[in-house]
Amino acid sequence: MSSRTFSDSSLIGVVGVGSFGTVIANMLAEKNQVLVYARNAEVVAEINENHTAQGKSMHESIVATQDPQQLCESCQTIFFMVPSSAFQDVARKFSPFLQPYHLVIHGTKGLCLDLPEGQSLDEVKNLDRNRILTMSEVLQKETVAVRVGCLAGPNIAKELSKGQPAATVIASKFNEVILEGQRLLRSEKFQVYGNSDIIGVELSGVLKNIIAIAAGALAGLGLGENARGLLISRGMVEMVHLSRALGGSVKSAFGLAGVGDLVTTCNSVNSRNFTVGYRLAKGEKLPQILDEMEEVAEGINTVKIIKGFLEASDLRAPITENLYRVLFEDLEIEEALQFLMKYPFNVDVDFV
Amino acid sequence: MEEKYIKHKYDPILPSKDEWPVVKLARERKEFVKKVSENAQGRILKLTSNNMEILKEELETTRYREKLRIKQNPWVVDPDDEGAFWGKVKESLLHASSETSLSKKQREAIYKEILESITSRYSEEIASNFKHQHYKFIRSVVTFGFARLLNAARVKGFRSIFSNQYTLQDKIQITGETDQLRDLATKGTIVMVPTHFSNLDSILIGWIISVLGLPPFIYGAGLNLFNISIFAYFMNALGAYKVDRRKKNLVYLETLKTYSKEAIQFGCHSLFFPGGTRSRSGMIESKLKLGLLSTAIEAQRNNYQEGITGISGKIFVVPVTINYHFVLEAPSLIRDHLSITGQERYYKENDEFSTSYKISKFLVKFFTKGSDISVSVGRAMDVLGNYVNEKGESLDQHGRVIDTSHYFRSGGKVTVDSQREEEYTHMLGRRIVEEFHRINRVFSSHLVAFTAFELIKAKNSKLDLFDLIRLPEEEIFIEYEEFKDACQRVYDQILILRDQGLIKIAPHMKRSLEEIIAHGLDNVGMYHAKRPLIRNKKGQIVTEDMSLLYFYHNRLHGYELENLF
Repeated sequence: MSSRTFSDSSLIGVVGVGSFGTVIANMLAEKNQVLVYARNAEVVAEINENHTAQGKSMHESIVATQDPQQLCESCQTIFFMVPSSAFQDVARKFSPFLQPYHLVIHGTKGLCLDLPEGQSLDEVKNLDRNRILTMSEVLQKETVAVRVGCLAGPNIAKELSKGQPAATVIASKFNEVILEGQRLLRSEKFQVYGNSDIIGVELSGVLKNIIAIAAGALAGLGLGENARGLLISRGMVEMVHLSRALGGSVKSAFGLAGVGDLVTTCNSVNSRNFTVGYRLAKGEKLPQILDEMEEVAEGINTVKIIKGFLEASDLRAPITENLYRVLFEDLEIEEALQFLMKYPFNVDVDFV
Repeated sequence: MEEKYIKHKYDPILPSKDEWPVVKLARERKEFVKKVSENAQGRILKLTSNNMEILKEELETTRYREKLRIKQNPWVVDPDDEGAFWGKVKESLLHASSETSLSKKQREAIYKEILESITSRYSEEIASNFKHQHYKFIRSVVTFGFARLLNAARVKGFRSIFSNQYTLQDKIQITGETDQLRDLATKGTIVMVPTHFSNLDSILIGWIISVLGLPPFIYGAGLNLFNISIFAYFMNALGAYKVDRRKKNLVYLETLKTYSKEAIQFGCHSLFFPGGTRSRSGMIESKLKLGLLSTAIEAQRNNYQEGITGISGKIFVVPVTINYHFVLEAPSLIRDHLSITGQERYYKENDEFSTSYKISKFLVKFFTKGSDISVSVGRAMDVLGNYVNEKGESLDQHGRVIDTSHYFRSGGKVTVDSQREEEYTHMLGRRIVEEFHRINRVFSSHLVAFTAFELIKAKNSKLDLFDLIRLPEEEIFIEYEEFKDACQRVYDQILILRDQGLIKIAPHMKRSLEEIIAHGLDNVGMYHAKRPLIRNKKGQIVTEDMSLLYFYHNRLHGYELENLF
């Protein structure tokens, strides 16, 4: 087994070929052999035959497989690039083949729930921190991989695929994971920073999606830059408090994956979360918007989970709470905005 | 089924004492000490990145601190030549830095020489002096003597001193994964990590190891215990090596870690109290001292590096909890705890085990009073905290066999990465704490203390902990019915936790609630001058000492039971 296990150490695995997964696979393929995993047989065939994944072009050297075992046995470093809704399933699927020597880096900006069997979020009364999992926590819970890391930062797939300059953060408690991520991804156009506060970085990436929906809504209402500045700064405060309550450090919220990503997403019409907010403000209904989107807007699920967490703790997060009411309780956006304008935030900065 | 306490005596797993790793180590003591000293030097040179300037600074700091220690905090056990030794170190340091004619190479040689003299001195001091004859003697004293005392106390009448009605095992109940422990001890190396509440623990664990038929474990005991000659004799006989908490310098700490690591690699079963010292608050340790724990991980990696991948080179971590109704030192422990957390105050290492008289008094008290103790042995884990099966193979969370050496591999081979191992040490520490909670056995006394304290806290919700503890005791009372209801709630929740495998309960906890409460009230801190909890004439529940109540209540901290109030 061992000869097969360590056969080709330069082969890098990528799990998931959504827009971000495809971009990362292409970037990795600049320097290394890449093996990608896709669930769907047609997608695998499409990559191997046409070098495209759902229409997006893929580096010619990239090979696809449908077999988790093959991927785990041929790669020592694996990137998980799957949406949070599928993350637990994929982790479970890979779990029998992952070994403690694997380095796993994920690029998912979402949260999962660890609920008692048969229960849904609405039935759980006390949604405490133990029940909320970041993706690295999912990996550690479901698999034997311990050297895990995450990839976060202002990385809009469209811009990356055009080769525009950008940077990202690799966060891990293990230096070797950060170094490996930097070795594999760093290029003239792509800078890679390291951070040891993996929970803080993951949470920054997750929480900023909430603010991005709100930013989209402001834009949809036709409000201007003053309003956006207000939102970004208040959103930042909310992110810091939430992140701290969930175990992240304040510092990471000020990094590339925090404020960097927040500003980018709040200004980007390419962002899915931003688009959801924008279309809501234009009067569309949530189910209809979600139906028409190709890929998930992680922020929706995040709002739901954070709302549950707020109820179980004595924290207040006015933007998230009001957004929840807009998304799920038919509150009009204008009313939510009114509410926020009257909210007694009288201290500008209270966390430094 | 879990009531089955181990009552019979096990056969020794290694009948011939010559096979005991600790005996082998004692035989090779001289070479071993030398090896420790050499490896410690290597580590320190690596830590100072072979930079002579940094090494020089470390040596100077060490010398300075040692001088200060000798002056400010001398102990009986300290050797007489200490002053002379450090004086010589000072001279050599001065010589190396002031002599202009020395070449860089020569200067380096001097510093290394000084380092060597210090590490050999330290390793010699740390090393244990195990003597089998003494061990045998102590073991019989403990079992025989204490059994006599026990019978004298429990069976009425003078002649009872010769009675065999009760044995030590009636008093100290051993439960849990003892068979696995015995089995793995013949195959690999055990690192046992018990909770630490009382100075009695060292002797207790030593005795339990012998009851289970295991060869003696080596462990680090505070050098202060060696101040008293009778204790020194005990400790040496049990295979203890010496840990001096006064010495915090890099050279000492590295030598100590090297000693522990080398002993584990040698195959000596070891014992660490991972909490460092006794739990001052009465809580199960949640923050562990990771220094010694890291040596288990290092030893494991070293074995893999040397190609010892089989079970003979595998290290098993076995958590153990010791449960008491009564901790003799509780009043001073909790006082320390409150003064440390309560205010910034200079805190001096002192303990009530300062004279032989006090120890004997304690032992007599302990063995003559009928307060039971249970020891639960947890499932063995590898150094990453994965459970192991009967073959000693590590299992992942889904029960699949995995190879522990893979944790130390990168790029296909075992590599040294100290940052990685530091992180692994944290992970192992968290796993041990988790296991402590899981194998902790709830006693009736824990239940009543916890419930009473939480009720009082809930009634005074505006007060912080320190004000709460300063409440005048005569003003505090709880009506029995109210108390009983609350106990029921906590008890129900404990049963739920037990069904989830998150805690264990003692057999006496299966009686009716009334009986449990009565048992608990009788037993909680039973021999303190001021009782933490009693029932007064009106039938109300009252306390005579809030801080003691807090101490015993803390045993159930960490299960989120306080949310019930």
